[in-house]
Amino acid sequence: MKTNSIDYKSIPGWGIDIDPGNEPTYPMKNYTGDDHKRSVYERSEPQPVNIELLKSNERPAFSMVFGESIPPSGLSGMIRRYAFKHSEDRYRHWIPLILADRVNAWEGIVDDLKKGTIPNIFAERGMKSEMKYNAGPFAKKALTTVAVGFALYLLCRKKR
Amino acid sequence: MLAMNYRGPFRVRAEQRPMPEILHPEDAIVRVTRTCICGSDLHLYHGMVPDTRVGSTFGHEFIGIIEEVGPLVINVKVGDQVLVPFNIACGKCNFCKQGLYGNCHESNTMATAVGGIFGYSHTAGGYNGGQAEYVRVPYANVGPTVIPPDMDPDDAVLLTDVVPTGYQAAEMGGIKEGDTVVVFGAGPIGIMAARCAWFFGAARVIIIDHVDYRLEFAKNYAKCEAYNFKSMADPVLFLKKTTDWYGADVCIDCVGCEAEGNALQTFTGKITLMQAGAATALQWAINSVKKGGIVSVVGVYGPPFNYVPIGNVLNKGITLRANQASVKRLLPKLIDHVQSGRLSPKDLITHRVPLEEIADAYNIFSKKLDECIKTVLIPSTKN
Repeated sequence: MKTNSIDYKSIPGWGIDIDPGNEPTYPMKNYTGDDHKRSVYERSEPQPVNIELLKSNERPAFSMVFGESIPPSGLSGMIRRYAFKHSEDRYRHWIPLILADRVNAWEGIVDDLKKGTIPNIFAERGMKSEMKYNAGPFAKKALTTVAVGFALYLLCRKKR
Repeated sequence: MLAMNYRGPFRVRAEQRPMPEILHPEDAIVRVTRTCICGSDLHLYHGMVPDTRVGSTFGHEFIGIIEEVGPLVINVKVGDQVLVPFNIACGKCNFCKQGLYGNCHESNTMATAVGGIFGYSHTAGGYNGGQAEYVRVPYANVGPTVIPPDMDPDDAVLLTDVVPTGYQAAEMGGIKEGDTVVVFGAGPIGIMAARCAWFFGAARVIIIDHVDYRLEFAKNYAKCEAYNFKSMADPVLFLKKTTDWYGADVCIDCVGCEAEGNALQTFTGKITLMQAGAATALQWAINSVKKGGIVSVVGVYGPPFNYVPIGNVLNKGITLRANQASVKRLLPKLIDHVQSGRLSPKDLITHRVPLEEIADAYNIFSKKLDECIKTVLIPSTKN
């Protein structure tokens, strides 16, 4: 898929941002010389903390604003609280968080059921588009799943 | 209001949720008129980013109209049409003052490794995102930028992430006139990085991917060479041969943690999660750049670590440059590029989907169905 050789200088905008100073040693930040006075700046006023907020232990305090969504709860919340006792350097921080996410997905299903909603997992996985644009592979996958399931069923029945 | 609701890996739905509120005097509430699904949203959707909680609303690429402002907001007013950078930045800390708006120190309580990002897990601050009819925008004096009246909203929404991230990828490459630049990944960011590489004086731009329709699109949009790595036995060897056996001057990783092309990386990164995703593109970038070359990374990797050939970085004297795009820093220049016609971001948009059909939109984008490049979600409140 190689392009035909082109006069690259004719491409709109070619070379417009050439900056000979843009060397690896040339920082892209607007260096202010204040790195060693970095804790001294005018902060915004803090957002009131009205929810349980887990804080990285690599920070001295909450940031001035934070996301308000989904405080920790249930078993996944307990796992997340454990994770946040450890720094971002430790597996003991990240691996429990991934575990908590998986537990949380099951908690979500239970929550739906408690509210009287049966989650439409078929729709949530976008299966309408799957059937529209990927019908062949989708049908193959579905048939394989049914065939394997049926074979396992027969196997179990035979053993009994 | 209607909003996206994450239910677990590969499961999302649109449902009614409470309206966002002003929680801080520098907050604004924005009525969303357009929002996109980003390739990096797929890492959340696939369950690759730790602390992605069920019930979260994703979306860090959105534009809209200011509906309400907190008492200390002075730079935007109710009724303004704004584009909102994906970074949440205070504008006051040492990092923001140096233009590193993607590294703000006052927007993320949950982690120090990344600043706050809209709708990008609790690891990035726990903010709800813009795949909704309304969204809370903190630090509204800093991020939201009034959209020029003559700008197409489809261009504006891509200025919130795709264009700045692609541009900064090329910028961090330190491209010199006459350089050969290799971009890994022909998604929207990779295509934009390839297009922007010419702005810095590249003489040759090559893009590598495995999806033919995207390569064809990239070849036409970014005027670059495009190659499918599945058609070659060894992409690194191919790139060495095609650069006089030296390697490219600059390599750019626009793929991140869900790369294909290396069985070991896929097994350890995507199947067993023994590392934070498959770092195949980064491995190829390091191994196919010239000695003393520059590798620029904008592909997203989760914590805690990835297997990359760091020994080669040392032995080849490679410079690695990486960051979340500093959208606010780049916006004036990029708005000019769009308004002057040098860039046409909206050409990347292939799909427009009502917010109600978000589950199908994610599935189409995730599986690259229907030749999808970029999906825009349209809330019913857009008018």
